[in-house]
Amino acid sequence: MQKITYLENPVYIESFAAVGGLEESRGPLGGSFDLIDKKDLFGMKTWERAEGEMGRLALNIALKKLSVSPDELNVLVAGDLQNQCVASSGGLFSFGIPFLGLYGACSTCTEGLLILASMLTSSKTYTRGACVTSSHNCAAERQFRTPIEYGGQRTPTAQWTATAAGAFVLSKSPSDIAISAFMPGKIIDGYTKDQSNMGAAMALSAFDTVSSFFSENDPEDYDLILTGDLGEVGSRILRDMLCEKGGAPGKKLASIHNDCGLMLYDRSFQDAHSGASGCGCSASVMASHILPLVRRGEIRRMLLLSTGALMSTSSVCQGENILGVAPLIRIEHMPRG
Amino acid sequence: MERASGYKARVKRTSPRSRILKNSIMAFISGGTICLIGELIARLFIRLGVEKSNAYILATVNLILLSAILTGFGVYDKIARHAGAGTLVPVTGFANAVVSPAIDTKSEGLILGVGAKVFTVAGPVILYGVLSGTVYGVIYYVTNLFMG
Repeated sequence: MQKITYLENPVYIESFAAVGGLEESRGPLGGSFDLIDKKDLFGMKTWERAEGEMGRLALNIALKKLSVSPDELNVLVAGDLQNQCVASSGGLFSFGIPFLGLYGACSTCTEGLLILASMLTSSKTYTRGACVTSSHNCAAERQFRTPIEYGGQRTPTAQWTATAAGAFVLSKSPSDIAISAFMPGKIIDGYTKDQSNMGAAMALSAFDTVSSFFSENDPEDYDLILTGDLGEVGSRILRDMLCEKGGAPGKKLASIHNDCGLMLYDRSFQDAHSGASGCGCSASVMASHILPLVRRGEIRRMLLLSTGALMSTSSVCQGENILGVAPLIRIEHMPRG
Repeated sequence: MERASGYKARVKRTSPRSRILKNSIMAFISGGTICLIGELIARLFIRLGVEKSNAYILATVNLILLSAILTGFGVYDKIARHAGAGTLVPVTGFANAVVSPAIDTKSEGLILGVGAKVFTVAGPVILYGVLSGTVYGVIYYVTNLFMG
Protein backbone atom coordinates (compact mmCIF):
# COMPACT_ATOMS: atom_id res chain seq x y z
CA MET A 1 0.00 0.00 0.00
CA GLN A 2 1.24 3.47 -0.93
CA LYS A 3 2.23 5.51 2.12
CA ILE A 4 3.58 8.97 2.76
CA THR A 5 6.63 9.21 5.01
CA TYR A 6 6.68 12.35 7.14
CA LEU A 7 10.15 12.96 8.51
CA GLU A 8 10.28 13.90 12.19
CA ASN A 9 13.87 14.87 11.70
CA PRO A 10 14.02 16.41 8.24
CA VAL A 11 16.91 16.10 5.85
CA TYR A 12 18.37 19.37 4.59
CA ILE A 13 19.48 20.53 1.17
CA GLU A 14 22.73 22.26 2.07
CA SER A 15 24.01 23.18 -1.32
CA PHE A 16 23.03 22.89 -4.97
CA ALA A 17 24.25 23.89 -8.43
CA ALA A 18 22.93 23.98 -11.97
CA VAL A 19 24.89 23.62 -15.20
CA GLY A 20 23.42 24.14 -18.66
CA GLY A 21 24.04 24.63 -22.36
CA LEU A 22 23.19 27.17 -25.05
CA GLU A 23 19.40 26.85 -25.16
CA GLU A 24 19.24 26.92 -21.35
CA SER A 25 21.29 30.13 -21.33
CA ARG A 26 18.84 31.75 -23.76
CA GLY A 27 15.85 30.83 -21.58
CA PRO A 28 14.37 32.90 -18.74
CA LEU A 29 16.51 31.08 -16.13
CA GLY A 30 19.77 31.45 -18.08
CA GLY A 31 21.19 34.04 -15.70
CA SER A 32 20.57 31.84 -12.66
CA PHE A 33 22.69 28.89 -13.80
CA ASP A 34 26.02 28.43 -12.02
CA LEU A 35 27.80 27.48 -15.21
CA ILE A 36 26.93 27.63 -18.91
CA ASP A 37 28.78 26.30 -21.94
CA LYS A 38 27.27 27.72 -25.11
CA LYS A 39 29.04 25.08 -27.19
CA ASP A 40 27.20 22.34 -25.24
CA LEU A 41 30.42 20.25 -25.17
CA PHE A 42 31.96 21.31 -21.84
CA GLY A 43 35.44 20.72 -23.23
CA MET A 44 34.68 17.11 -24.20
CA LYS A 45 34.85 15.40 -27.59
CA THR A 46 31.46 13.66 -27.56
CA TRP A 47 27.97 14.64 -26.42
CA GLU A 48 27.90 11.57 -24.16
CA ARG A 49 31.08 12.63 -22.34
CA ALA A 50 29.74 16.18 -22.18
CA GLU A 51 26.70 14.97 -20.24
CA GLY A 52 28.92 13.26 -17.66
CA GLU A 53 31.10 16.35 -17.44
CA MET A 54 28.05 18.50 -16.72
CA GLY A 55 27.24 16.29 -13.74
CA ARG A 56 30.84 16.48 -12.53
CA LEU A 57 30.92 20.27 -12.86
CA ALA A 58 27.57 20.64 -11.08
CA LEU A 59 28.67 18.53 -8.12
CA ASN A 60 32.03 20.27 -8.00
CA ILE A 61 30.35 23.68 -7.78
CA ALA A 62 27.85 22.48 -5.16
CA LEU A 63 30.72 21.13 -3.02
CA LYS A 64 32.76 24.33 -3.43
CA LYS A 65 29.81 26.49 -2.33
CA LEU A 66 29.72 24.45 0.86
CA SER A 67 33.50 24.23 1.23
CA VAL A 68 33.44 20.49 1.77
CA SER A 69 35.58 17.87 0.07
CA PRO A 70 34.20 14.76 -1.68
CA ASP A 71 35.67 12.68 1.19
CA GLU A 72 33.04 14.11 3.50
CA LEU A 73 30.22 12.56 1.46
CA ASN A 74 29.04 9.08 2.42
CA VAL A 75 27.05 8.31 -0.68
CA LEU A 76 26.35 9.62 -4.18
CA VAL A 77 23.12 8.77 -6.01
CA ALA A 78 22.96 9.75 -9.65
CA GLY A 79 21.21 9.01 -12.91
CA ASP A 80 20.87 10.22 -16.47
CA LEU A 81 19.18 9.33 -19.74
CA GLN A 82 21.95 7.37 -21.42
CA ASN A 83 21.91 3.60 -21.79
CA GLN A 84 23.25 1.95 -18.63
CA CYS A 85 23.58 5.42 -17.03
CA VAL A 86 27.12 5.82 -18.33
CA ALA A 87 27.05 9.61 -18.11
CA SER A 88 26.74 9.47 -14.32
CA SER A 89 29.33 6.76 -13.75
CA GLY A 90 31.80 8.18 -16.28
CA GLY A 91 31.41 11.75 -15.10
CA LEU A 92 31.39 11.16 -11.37
CA PHE A 93 33.92 8.38 -10.79
CA SER A 94 36.78 10.81 -10.15
CA PHE A 95 35.15 11.97 -6.89
CA GLY A 96 35.65 8.56 -5.28
CA ILE A 97 32.32 8.74 -3.45
CA PRO A 98 30.40 5.45 -2.91
CA PHE A 99 27.91 5.40 -5.77
CA LEU A 100 24.40 4.17 -6.50
CA GLY A 101 23.24 4.52 -10.11
CA LEU A 102 19.57 5.22 -10.70
CA TYR A 103 17.23 5.02 -13.63
CA GLY A 104 13.83 6.63 -13.41
CA ALA A 105 13.87 8.36 -16.79
CA CYS A 106 13.03 12.03 -16.23
CA SER A 107 11.80 11.31 -12.69
CA THR A 108 15.38 10.56 -11.57
CA CYS A 109 15.92 13.92 -9.84
CA THR A 110 13.07 13.41 -7.37
CA GLU A 111 13.81 9.68 -7.17
CA GLY A 112 17.41 10.42 -6.20
CA LEU A 113 16.51 13.07 -3.62
CA LEU A 114 13.89 10.71 -2.15
CA ILE A 115 16.28 7.77 -1.89
CA LEU A 116 19.06 9.92 -0.48
CA ALA A 117 16.73 11.53 2.07
CA SER A 118 15.50 8.12 3.22
CA MET A 119 19.08 6.76 3.45
CA LEU A 120 20.22 9.69 5.55
CA THR A 121 17.16 9.33 7.78
CA SER A 122 17.50 5.61 8.33
CA SER A 123 21.27 5.38 8.73
CA LYS A 124 22.97 6.57 11.89
CA THR A 125 26.38 6.63 10.30
CA TYR A 126 25.51 8.50 7.11
CA THR A 127 25.56 12.24 7.60
CA ARG A 128 25.92 13.70 4.16
CA GLY A 129 25.32 12.64 0.54
CA ALA A 130 24.80 14.05 -2.92
CA CYS A 131 22.33 13.57 -5.74
CA VAL A 132 23.25 14.41 -9.34
CA THR A 133 21.10 14.06 -12.46
CA SER A 134 21.78 15.11 -16.01
CA SER A 135 20.51 14.99 -19.57
CA HIS A 136 22.01 16.18 -22.84
CA ASN A 137 19.88 17.10 -25.81
CA CYS A 138 22.28 15.74 -28.42
CA ALA A 139 23.02 12.49 -26.56
CA ALA A 140 19.27 11.91 -26.07
CA GLU A 141 18.38 12.76 -29.68
CA ARG A 142 21.00 10.31 -30.90
CA GLN A 143 19.83 7.56 -28.58
CA PHE A 144 16.05 7.93 -28.70
CA ARG A 145 15.21 9.78 -31.90
CA THR A 146 17.09 10.73 -35.06
CA PRO A 147 20.65 11.90 -35.79
CA ILE A 148 21.27 15.45 -34.61
CA GLU A 149 21.73 16.99 -38.06
CA TYR A 150 18.79 15.09 -39.54
CA GLY A 151 16.28 17.50 -41.05
CA GLY A 152 12.87 16.63 -39.72
CA GLN A 153 9.85 18.47 -38.46
CA ARG A 154 8.66 17.79 -34.92
CA THR A 155 5.04 17.72 -33.85
CA PRO A 156 3.71 20.50 -31.56
CA THR A 157 3.40 17.97 -28.71
CA ALA A 158 7.12 17.05 -28.81
CA GLN A 159 9.44 18.24 -26.05
CA TRP A 160 13.04 19.40 -26.05
CA THR A 161 15.46 17.38 -23.93
CA ALA A 162 17.35 19.83 -21.73
CA THR A 163 21.14 20.02 -21.89
CA ALA A 164 21.51 20.49 -18.17
CA ALA A 165 22.56 18.95 -14.89
CA GLY A 166 21.74 19.63 -11.27
CA ALA A 167 23.62 18.60 -8.14
CA PHE A 168 22.31 18.64 -4.58
CA VAL A 169 24.18 18.04 -1.33
CA LEU A 170 21.95 16.74 1.46
CA SER A 171 22.78 16.39 5.13
CA LYS A 172 21.27 16.06 8.58
CA SER A 173 22.65 19.33 9.88
CA PRO A 174 19.98 22.06 9.78
CA SER A 175 19.89 24.68 7.02
CA ASP A 176 17.22 26.78 5.26
CA ILE A 177 15.81 24.13 2.96
CA ALA A 178 14.38 20.88 4.28
CA ILE A 179 12.96 17.74 2.74
CA SER A 180 10.19 16.94 5.19
CA ALA A 181 8.17 14.18 3.50
CA PHE A 182 8.33 11.81 0.58
CA MET A 183 6.28 9.25 -1.28
CA PRO A 184 7.26 7.04 -4.22
CA GLY A 185 4.77 6.97 -7.09
CA LYS A 186 3.14 3.94 -8.70
CA ILE A 187 3.83 2.91 -12.29
CA ILE A 188 0.82 4.20 -14.19
CA ASP A 189 -0.24 3.29 -17.73
CA GLY A 190 -0.15 6.48 -19.80
CA TYR A 191 -2.41 4.98 -22.51
CA THR A 192 -0.12 6.66 -25.03
CA LYS A 193 2.18 5.09 -27.61
CA ASP A 194 3.38 8.34 -29.17
CA GLN A 195 6.90 9.15 -28.00
CA SER A 196 6.40 12.67 -29.31
CA ASN A 197 3.73 13.19 -26.66
CA MET A 198 5.49 12.26 -23.40
CA GLY A 199 3.57 14.89 -21.45
CA ALA A 200 0.31 13.05 -22.12
CA ALA A 201 1.97 9.74 -21.24
CA MET A 202 3.14 11.04 -17.84
CA ALA A 203 0.20 13.27 -16.80
CA LEU A 204 -1.78 10.37 -15.34
CA SER A 205 1.10 9.34 -13.09
CA ALA A 206 1.39 12.90 -11.77
CA PHE A 207 -2.37 12.99 -11.22
CA ASP A 208 -2.24 9.69 -9.34
CA THR A 209 0.58 10.83 -7.04
CA VAL A 210 -0.96 14.27 -6.36
CA SER A 211 -4.37 12.70 -5.64
CA SER A 212 -2.86 10.16 -3.22
CA PHE A 213 -0.86 12.80 -1.40
CA PHE A 214 -3.77 15.20 -0.97
CA SER A 215 -6.12 12.47 0.22
CA GLU A 216 -4.54 13.21 3.62
CA ASN A 217 -3.10 16.73 3.14
CA ASP A 218 -4.64 20.17 2.77
CA PRO A 219 -3.84 22.06 -0.48
CA GLU A 220 -4.09 25.35 1.42
CA ASP A 221 -0.80 24.54 3.18
CA TYR A 222 1.15 24.56 -0.09
CA ASP A 223 2.56 27.35 -2.25
CA LEU A 224 3.63 25.29 -5.23
CA ILE A 225 3.16 21.89 -6.81
CA LEU A 226 5.97 21.49 -9.27
CA THR A 227 5.99 18.71 -11.83
CA GLY A 228 9.15 17.79 -13.72
CA ASP A 229 8.50 17.85 -17.44
CA LEU A 230 4.85 17.47 -18.33
CA GLY A 231 5.20 20.38 -20.74
CA GLU A 232 2.24 22.29 -22.12
CA VAL A 233 0.12 19.26 -23.04
CA GLY A 234 0.72 17.20 -19.89
CA SER A 235 0.27 20.23 -17.63
CA ARG A 236 -3.06 21.08 -19.22
CA ILE A 237 -4.24 17.48 -18.84
CA LEU A 238 -3.17 17.41 -15.17
CA ARG A 239 -4.83 20.74 -14.35
CA ASP A 240 -8.03 19.82 -16.21
CA MET A 241 -8.26 16.51 -14.38
CA LEU A 242 -7.59 18.13 -10.98
CA CYS A 243 -10.32 20.71 -11.64
CA GLU A 244 -12.83 18.17 -12.94
CA LYS A 245 -12.30 15.42 -10.38
CA GLY A 246 -11.00 17.22 -7.31
CA GLY A 247 -13.76 19.75 -6.55
CA ALA A 248 -12.65 22.93 -4.76
CA PRO A 249 -9.36 21.45 -3.42
CA GLY A 250 -8.62 20.24 -6.95
CA LYS A 251 -9.08 23.75 -8.34
CA LYS A 252 -6.71 25.07 -5.66
CA LEU A 253 -4.14 22.42 -6.63
CA ALA A 254 -4.46 23.31 -10.31
CA SER A 255 -3.94 26.99 -9.47
CA ILE A 256 -0.65 26.36 -7.63
CA HIS A 257 0.68 23.90 -10.19
CA ASN A 258 3.66 24.72 -12.37
CA ASP A 259 5.98 22.62 -14.46
CA CYS A 260 9.78 22.78 -14.80
CA GLY A 261 9.37 21.97 -18.49
CA LEU A 262 7.42 25.22 -18.94
CA MET A 263 9.97 27.31 -17.03
CA LEU A 264 13.29 26.44 -18.63
CA TYR A 265 12.73 27.92 -22.10
CA ASP A 266 10.93 30.91 -23.57
CA ARG A 267 8.74 29.04 -26.00
CA SER A 268 7.80 32.22 -27.86
CA PHE A 269 11.18 32.21 -29.60
CA GLN A 270 12.86 28.95 -28.59
CA ASP A 271 12.02 25.85 -30.58
CA ALA A 272 10.92 23.81 -27.56
CA HIS A 273 7.36 23.05 -28.74
CA SER A 274 5.51 21.62 -25.70
CA GLY A 275 8.39 22.42 -23.31
CA ALA A 276 11.60 21.05 -21.83
CA SER A 277 12.17 17.48 -20.68
CA GLY A 278 14.92 15.20 -19.40
CA CYS A 279 16.55 14.35 -16.06
CA GLY A 280 18.41 17.65 -16.23
CA CYS A 281 15.22 19.68 -16.62
CA SER A 282 13.74 19.43 -13.12
CA ALA A 283 17.23 19.20 -11.55
CA SER A 284 18.47 22.43 -13.14
CA VAL A 285 15.21 24.35 -12.65
CA MET A 286 15.25 23.38 -8.98
CA ALA A 287 18.92 24.23 -8.49
CA SER A 288 18.87 27.49 -10.46
CA HIS A 289 15.49 28.99 -9.71
CA ILE A 290 13.25 27.19 -7.21
CA LEU A 291 15.58 26.34 -4.30
CA PRO A 292 16.86 29.95 -4.00
CA LEU A 293 13.19 30.99 -3.65
CA VAL A 294 12.69 28.38 -0.91
CA ARG A 295 15.90 29.53 0.79
CA ARG A 296 14.61 33.12 0.88
CA GLY A 297 11.22 31.98 2.16
CA GLU A 298 9.38 33.14 -0.95
CA ILE A 299 8.19 29.56 -1.29
CA ARG A 300 7.38 28.17 2.15
CA ARG A 301 6.20 24.69 1.34
CA MET A 302 6.13 22.89 -1.97
CA LEU A 303 5.99 19.50 -3.63
CA LEU A 304 8.37 18.33 -6.31
CA LEU A 305 7.21 15.54 -8.59
CA SER A 306 9.64 14.83 -11.41
CA THR A 307 7.74 12.78 -13.94
CA GLY A 308 9.32 9.88 -15.80
CA ALA A 309 8.23 8.26 -19.07
CA LEU A 310 9.23 4.60 -18.81
CA MET A 311 9.98 3.34 -22.29
CA SER A 312 12.77 2.31 -24.61
CA THR A 313 13.19 2.67 -28.36
CA SER A 314 12.41 -1.07 -28.63
CA SER A 315 9.28 -0.93 -26.45
CA VAL A 316 7.92 1.96 -28.53
CA CYS A 317 8.63 0.15 -31.83
CA GLN A 318 6.96 -2.96 -30.42
CA GLY A 319 3.79 -0.97 -29.79
CA GLU A 320 3.87 -0.98 -25.98
CA ASN A 321 2.18 1.82 -24.06
CA ILE A 322 4.48 4.40 -22.46
CA LEU A 323 4.22 4.09 -18.67
CA GLY A 324 4.63 6.97 -16.26
CA VAL A 325 5.96 7.34 -12.74
CA ALA A 326 5.97 10.37 -10.47
CA PRO A 327 7.76 10.14 -7.10
CA LEU A 328 7.15 13.02 -4.72
CA ILE A 329 9.13 14.95 -2.12
CA ARG A 330 7.98 17.82 0.08
CA ILE A 331 10.39 20.74 0.40
CA GLU A 332 10.02 23.42 3.04
CA HIS A 333 11.62 26.68 4.03
CA MET A 334 13.08 26.33 7.52
CA PRO A 335 13.72 29.69 9.15
CA ARG A 336 16.88 29.48 11.21
CA GLY A 337 17.04 30.81 14.68
CA MET B 1 -8.77 6.40 -12.72
CA GLU B 2 -9.98 7.37 -16.15
CA ARG B 3 -10.48 4.49 -18.54
CA ALA B 4 -8.18 4.14 -21.54
CA SER B 5 -10.64 5.36 -24.18
CA GLY B 6 -11.68 8.38 -22.13
CA TYR B 7 -8.06 9.32 -21.54
CA LYS B 8 -7.12 8.88 -25.19
CA ALA B 9 -9.99 11.23 -26.12
CA ARG B 10 -8.72 13.74 -23.56
CA VAL B 11 -5.18 13.56 -24.96
CA LYS B 12 -6.49 14.10 -28.49
CA ARG B 13 -8.59 17.05 -27.32
CA THR B 14 -5.70 18.67 -25.45
CA SER B 15 -2.83 18.07 -27.90
CA PRO B 16 -2.33 20.84 -30.46
CA ARG B 17 -2.34 19.60 -34.04
CA SER B 18 0.31 20.19 -36.66
CA ARG B 19 -0.49 23.18 -38.85
CA ILE B 20 -1.18 21.28 -42.04
CA LEU B 21 -1.97 24.26 -44.29
CA LYS B 22 1.07 26.27 -43.18
CA ASN B 23 3.34 23.21 -43.40
CA SER B 24 2.00 22.37 -46.86
CA ILE B 25 2.61 25.89 -48.16
CA MET B 26 6.13 25.92 -46.70
CA ALA B 27 6.83 22.50 -48.21
CA PHE B 28 5.53 23.67 -51.59
CA ILE B 29 7.72 26.77 -51.58
CA SER B 30 10.90 25.11 -50.25
CA GLY B 31 10.54 21.92 -52.30
CA GLY B 32 9.82 24.03 -55.38
CA THR B 33 12.88 26.17 -54.69
CA ILE B 34 15.14 23.10 -54.47
CA CYS B 35 13.75 21.84 -57.79
CA LEU B 36 14.27 25.30 -59.30
CA ILE B 37 17.90 25.29 -58.14
CA GLY B 38 18.28 21.83 -59.70
CA GLU B 39 16.80 23.08 -62.96
CA LEU B 40 19.14 26.09 -62.98
CA ILE B 41 22.17 23.84 -62.39
CA ALA B 42 21.05 21.56 -65.25
CA ARG B 43 20.56 24.52 -67.61
CA LEU B 44 23.98 25.80 -66.66
CA PHE B 45 25.59 22.47 -67.59
CA ILE B 46 23.65 22.38 -70.89
CA ARG B 47 24.92 25.87 -71.65
CA LEU B 48 28.44 24.64 -70.89
CA GLY B 49 27.98 22.02 -73.59
CA VAL B 50 27.02 18.95 -71.54
CA GLU B 51 24.51 16.56 -73.10
CA LYS B 52 20.95 17.05 -71.76
CA SER B 53 20.55 13.67 -69.97
CA ASN B 54 24.00 14.00 -68.39
CA ALA B 55 23.27 17.59 -67.34
CA TYR B 56 20.29 16.44 -65.26
CA ILE B 57 22.35 13.69 -63.62
CA LEU B 58 25.00 16.30 -62.79
CA ALA B 59 22.28 18.54 -61.32
CA THR B 60 21.19 15.69 -59.01
CA VAL B 61 24.78 15.00 -57.97
CA ASN B 62 25.32 18.68 -57.22
CA LEU B 63 22.13 18.90 -55.15
CA ILE B 64 23.33 15.91 -53.13
CA LEU B 65 26.70 17.61 -52.63
CA LEU B 66 25.03 20.85 -51.59
CA SER B 67 22.79 19.04 -49.11
CA ALA B 68 25.76 17.12 -47.65
CA ILE B 69 27.72 20.37 -47.19
CA LEU B 70 24.76 22.14 -45.57
CA THR B 71 24.23 19.12 -43.28
CA GLY B 72 27.91 19.17 -42.32
CA PHE B 73 27.72 22.83 -41.38
CA GLY B 74 24.58 22.20 -39.31
CA VAL B 75 22.35 24.31 -41.55
CA TYR B 76 20.16 21.72 -43.27
CA ASP B 77 18.21 20.69 -40.16
CA LYS B 78 17.51 24.33 -39.35
CA ILE B 79 16.03 24.89 -42.83
CA ALA B 80 14.14 21.58 -42.59
CA ARG B 81 12.52 22.63 -39.32
CA HIS B 82 10.48 25.14 -41.33
CA ALA B 83 10.52 23.50 -44.74
CA GLY B 84 9.33 20.06 -43.58
CA ALA B 85 8.44 17.77 -46.47
CA GLY B 86 9.88 20.35 -48.87
CA THR B 87 13.42 19.40 -47.82
CA LEU B 88 12.58 15.77 -46.99
CA VAL B 89 11.12 14.56 -50.30
CA PRO B 90 13.71 15.79 -52.87
CA VAL B 91 17.05 14.01 -53.26
CA THR B 92 18.56 16.52 -50.82
CA GLY B 93 16.52 14.92 -48.02
CA PHE B 94 17.98 11.52 -48.84
CA ALA B 95 21.50 12.97 -48.78
CA ASN B 96 20.80 14.54 -45.39
CA ALA B 97 19.45 11.20 -44.12
CA VAL B 98 22.76 9.51 -45.00
CA VAL B 99 25.18 12.27 -43.99
CA SER B 100 23.61 13.06 -40.60
CA PRO B 101 24.05 9.56 -39.09
CA ALA B 102 27.57 9.48 -40.53
CA ILE B 103 28.45 12.66 -38.60
CA ASP B 104 26.70 11.37 -35.50
CA THR B 105 28.43 8.01 -35.36
CA LYS B 106 31.93 9.18 -36.23
CA SER B 107 32.80 9.00 -32.52
CA GLU B 108 31.98 5.27 -32.49
CA GLY B 109 34.60 4.38 -35.12
CA LEU B 110 34.64 3.81 -38.87
CA ILE B 111 33.46 0.19 -38.83
CA LEU B 112 30.95 -0.24 -35.97
CA GLY B 113 30.03 3.46 -35.96
CA VAL B 114 29.81 5.04 -39.39
CA GLY B 115 29.94 1.77 -41.35
CA ALA B 116 27.22 0.00 -39.40
CA LYS B 117 24.94 2.93 -38.73
CA VAL B 118 25.20 5.18 -41.79
CA PHE B 119 21.95 3.81 -43.23
CA THR B 120 19.89 3.81 -40.02
CA VAL B 121 17.57 6.49 -41.43
CA ALA B 122 17.91 5.84 -45.17
CA GLY B 123 18.05 2.03 -44.82
CA PRO B 124 14.28 1.46 -45.03
CA VAL B 125 14.08 3.70 -48.11
CA ILE B 126 16.87 1.74 -49.81
CA LEU B 127 15.47 -1.69 -48.84
CA TYR B 128 11.86 -1.06 -49.78
CA GLY B 129 12.85 1.08 -52.77
CA VAL B 130 14.87 -1.81 -54.23
CA LEU B 131 12.17 -4.32 -53.24
CA SER B 132 9.31 -2.38 -54.83
CA GLY B 133 11.51 -1.73 -57.89
CA THR B 134 12.05 -5.47 -58.22
CA VAL B 135 8.34 -6.26 -57.83
CA TYR B 136 7.48 -3.59 -60.39
CA GLY B 137 10.15 -4.96 -62.75
CA VAL B 138 8.73 -8.50 -62.54
CA ILE B 139 5.19 -7.21 -63.18
CA TYR B 140 6.48 -5.19 -66.14
CA TYR B 141 8.35 -8.21 -67.54
CA VAL B 142 5.40 -10.61 -67.17
CA THR B 143 2.96 -8.07 -68.62
CA ASN B 144 5.22 -7.53 -71.61
CA LEU B 145 5.41 -11.30 -72.24
CA PHE B 146 1.63 -11.42 -72.82
CA MET B 147 0.97 -7.93 -74.16
CA GLY B 148 4.10 -7.34 -76.19
